[in-house]
Amino acid sequence: MTMEAYRYEDGSISYPGHPRGPGGGEPVETIDLSEYTAEVITWTTSTATPPGVREPNTLAIVEFDVEGESVRAIGQATTDEIETGDEVEPVYVDELREPGAGIREPESQDWDGYRFEPV
Amino acid sequence: MERVAIIGASMTQFGQREGEWVMDLLAEAGEECLEDAGVEAADVEHLYVSNMASGEFEGQTGVPNALAHDLQAMPAYTQRVDQTSSSGGAGIFAAWQSVASGASDVTLLVGGEKMTHRSTGEATDVIASLTHPVEYKTGVTLPSFAGLTARHYLERFDAPRESLAKVAVKNHKNGLDNPKAQFQKEIDEETALESPIIADPLRLYDFCPITDGSAALLLCSEDVAQEYTDDYVVISGIDGATDTHVVHEREDPTVMGGVVESGKGAYEMSGLEPEDIDVAELHDMFTILEFLQMEGLGFAEQGEAWKLVEEGYTERDTGELPVNTSGGLKSKGHPLGASGVAQAVEIYEQLMGEAGPRQVDANVGLACNVGGFGNCVITTIMEAAQ
Repeated sequence: MTMEAYRYEDGSISYPGHPRGPGGGEPVETIDLSEYTAEVITWTTSTATPPGVREPNTLAIVEFDVEGESVRAIGQATTDEIETGDEVEPVYVDELREPGAGIREPESQDWDGYRFEPV
Repeated sequence: MERVAIIGASMTQFGQREGEWVMDLLAEAGEECLEDAGVEAADVEHLYVSNMASGEFEGQTGVPNALAHDLQAMPAYTQRVDQTSSSGGAGIFAAWQSVASGASDVTLLVGGEKMTHRSTGEATDVIASLTHPVEYKTGVTLPSFAGLTARHYLERFDAPRESLAKVAVKNHKNGLDNPKAQFQKEIDEETALESPIIADPLRLYDFCPITDGSAALLLCSEDVAQEYTDDYVVISGIDGATDTHVVHEREDPTVMGGVVESGKGAYEMSGLEPEDIDVAELHDMFTILEFLQMEGLGFAEQGEAWKLVEEGYTERDTGELPVNTSGGLKSKGHPLGASGVAQAVEIYEQLMGEAGPRQVDANVGLACNVGGFGNCVITTIMEAAQ
């Protein structure tokens, strides 16, 4: 498992990857964001969560700096003791929410991934 | 291109409509709208149905054809318009296109959703299913996006938490005078600020409820409108736009590109500017969205909308620009497919002088309907016919 982002022809990076980047260019390589740390841009603790999701669910939007190019990601946090500006690292979790408990077809996507833990 | 008029409007009671399902709600609004316009069902050439998820909520698909039958509008062409929470606005755009292009002389638009038979968690999940797989697996909900964005806005622009509560207080106050609103309940700032946390820093009163309801509009060419009435409203500007599907990929979390771009298009078509708008219905699914739309539509500079709200600029009876005179989604409720249509129903009533105790002095009104978390947006500008 990697936290796979795409780098595009113009050097821009997105997570997740898309067939075309923000500037319209094609992807040229993948980058594993789990090897980098990131800064918390904003966060929330959600107390009204859908079926199969932990409650409460603390989520953060974080920004990685990959050799001078910034890329953002959303993810669960490992703790609700988190603040804007904190440095975090991705930590692997084999099931972020219970597949099949919600409306999304379980086979249509993966359910493992990374939580953000303050460094 | 034909100038497009609106000659009839209706809205059912919004709220928990126990024992009534999507077809009942759509038929109720559709019949009432035809009656309001004085148009026979047999004269309807196109019938659009704005609905996000009747299949997912209720197991009922094929609603456009079912509604054509219930209203006896056959052989009218019909189609469903789904653009998540902006299905209603997208329906207005589709109905407008049908008349403007000359494809239809008389178009009925009915928006509706049946939601309250589902638990909050289930309904939230149906709505959250619009997210990308990397978002969905985190358990993110639309309210969580609002919490993430509100924190960023408050921290970045040094806006007080109370300014968001003021939006809720205002819209609940406006809803008091709307008998069809889900809530006719005044709240004070303290109640809003002390209500249970839903997505920190946002609390219960920062969010719209889950709602059943339907609303409808009758659109036709201006020539046809004049056969029916002297008093009508014209759609002078309309446009729709998208932003990224993945919310965190936006360059600036406080700018909704779909609001900015659809607003630009609507202003350009109408030849009007933000200062020409007398009344606006903004998509306050979450209080923070009222700020983002005021800024995206040019009513306020970026990071400054909260100051206007604090100054009373958006108050119904005393403000320069009354916002959400209907009570907004906050108090009126948010039956997904109906909401964008109901926004235009309020603007229609305001421009026709039919808004009763909610009436403001207005010749030009704007409605902004937001789908997803700003993923798809429709902005409509309407004017009283001169």
